[in-house]
Amino acid sequence: MTAILQISNLSKTYASGLQALKPVNLDIQRGEIFALLGPNGAGKTTLISVICGLVRATTGSVLVDGHDIQRDYRSARSLIGLVPQELATEMFETPLATAAFSRGLFGRPPDPALIERVLRGLTLWDKRKDRIQTLSGGMKRRVMIAKALAHEPRVLFLDEPTAGVDVELRRDMWALVRELRDAGVTIILTTHYIEEAEEMADRIGVINKGELILVEEKSRLMAKLGSKTLTLQLQDPLALLPPELAQWQLTLKDSGHVLEYRFDTNAEENGIPGLLRRLHELGIGFRDLNTEQSSLEDIFVSLTGKRAEAAA
Amino acid sequence: MSAAFVAPRFNARAVWAIYRFELARFLRTVGQSLLTPVITTSLYFVVFGAAIGSRMGEIDGVSYGAFIVPGLIMLSVLTESINNAAFGIYFPRWTGTSYELLSAPISPFEIVCGYVGAAATKSIILGLVILATASLFVPLHIAHPLWMLGFLVLTALTFCLFGFIIGIWAQSWEQLQVIPMLVITPLTFLGGAFYSINMLPGIWKTVALFNPIVYLVSGFRWSFYGNADVAVAVSLAATFGFFAVCLSVVWWIFRTGYRLKQ
Ligand SMILES: Nc1ncnc2c1ncn2[C@@H]1O[C@H](COP(=O)(O)OP(=O)(O)O)[C@@H](O)[C@H]1O
Ligand SMILES: [Mg+2]
Repeated sequence: MTAILQISNLSKTYASGLQALKPVNLDIQRGEIFALLGPNGAGKTTLISVICGLVRATTGSVLVDGHDIQRDYRSARSLIGLVPQELATEMFETPLATAAFSRGLFGRPPDPALIERVLRGLTLWDKRKDRIQTLSGGMKRRVMIAKALAHEPRVLFLDEPTAGVDVELRRDMWALVRELRDAGVTIILTTHYIEEAEEMADRIGVINKGELILVEEKSRLMAKLGSKTLTLQLQDPLALLPPELAQWQLTLKDSGHVLEYRFDTNAEENGIPGLLRRLHELGIGFRDLNTEQSSLEDIFVSLTGKRAEAAA
Repeated sequence: MSAAFVAPRFNARAVWAIYRFELARFLRTVGQSLLTPVITTSLYFVVFGAAIGSRMGEIDGVSYGAFIVPGLIMLSVLTESINNAAFGIYFPRWTGTSYELLSAPISPFEIVCGYVGAAATKSIILGLVILATASLFVPLHIAHPLWMLGFLVLTALTFCLFGFIIGIWAQSWEQLQVIPMLVITPLTFLGGAFYSINMLPGIWKTVALFNPIVYLVSGFRWSFYGNADVAVAVSLAATFGFFAVCLSVVWWIFRTGYRLKQ
């Protein structure tokens, strides 16, 4: 089977002259959960907006299940559901009316039973006749999801679905995404949390400054990204690293007060017990220690760094 | 889920969805939507029809109270058409919900059909309600009822299209108000709603002929009383002309994505 989404050479330069998206080539497979991972301003929303018809592409093309998003926009868009990043609802309407409206807008015949299922699934049924204006932020977001699902899309875009969302909704959202995937819906979500991409996705695309840096199976990417840093606050500053510690490739920071050790979380031996034992033997005491996941920034540096090496 | 769903050529369901959604908004506030213009019109009749009209002679053989009815209807239909249609499309832009219109499998033509159709429906209902109100104050005679309806529908559609354009152009609530207030209201008052332009002194009569609203009011009044300031064919041509201009602008807006798409 062909990919459900075929993105070729897609780029976007806004009227301001800013190139928000460098030419992207990407295939999304039928039924997968794909996470676009990147910091704010990376171009995630821009990419989604072009595919969904909100923004014009500067170059390139997109096929949705074989339908071109420009020449054959009716067929292409019929297959797509979009939940944008920004909260935007018809304030004076009810969840029920607005979901039924969305279904009609996508050319589908009325189906009250389906709308009821969707609203119940999002715990909106009790509030179906309330004005959206009177609902909480989390509930409004659920309304937006209900609207996107009302026409039974085959491809669902969730732009930062859990940003600024409470724990309960986040949990529900993840459950919903899995449920939809089980029903055969392809899901593309954006996030700037590594943990979220890790938790949800089958494949992850890393995007930074408008460039899709790499696309990997989640497990492979996590192996690449699986480095952590152990930081030790020393009791007495060290002037020099003792040669006995050379095998750990430590760095000394903060004029000798801090020792840093980068280790691979996926390796069988992370080397920490040995390091602590050796420090004890050498009589180097520490007041505090902690470990930290490498930040998205670190990862981009290491990824782009690696790419540069490979190219050289 | 039916995977074999085929997108239709004309998304009539979408047009219907927009139309119903917009009309539902109107019906929720129908009392308020109709009460204001009905009260305003009644006041006009009290002031112009009864108080002043009794001291004015007949115009072209029609009592002054009856003479102003077509102009008053036009005044309200024009203003409400522009306001309704402008608000209808500006509101989703302002709240951000217009993302859904852009991402749905609908053509610009269908979007216009839905929004302009709904706004025009409201204006036509309003026009007929004012007509009914007027009939309580003055004996009404409608010489050409079908032409009367025709002018009403065409005017409502044209000015709803015009309002739609304003609703897409406007970047703020102030801009949304400015054209109806600064341009349309004066043009309507100077457009022969309360007098025949034949009553104007020489040069002003010529100036008045540059006011498009003169043609609308004149044609509409002809459908009531059978006499007009300008030939009916000219009125009709002018109205159709403005309709065509608005339609072209809307077509251009969607072709270029003006203020809708980056
Ligand atoms: N309408 C616009 N006009 C000009 N620049 C824009 C517009 N929308 C977004 N941008 C810019 O494009 C870049 C990518 O933005 P966006 O796609 O929203 O990133 P992300 O969703 O990853 O945070 C940012 O630098 C942003 O400021
Ligand atoms: Mg974004």
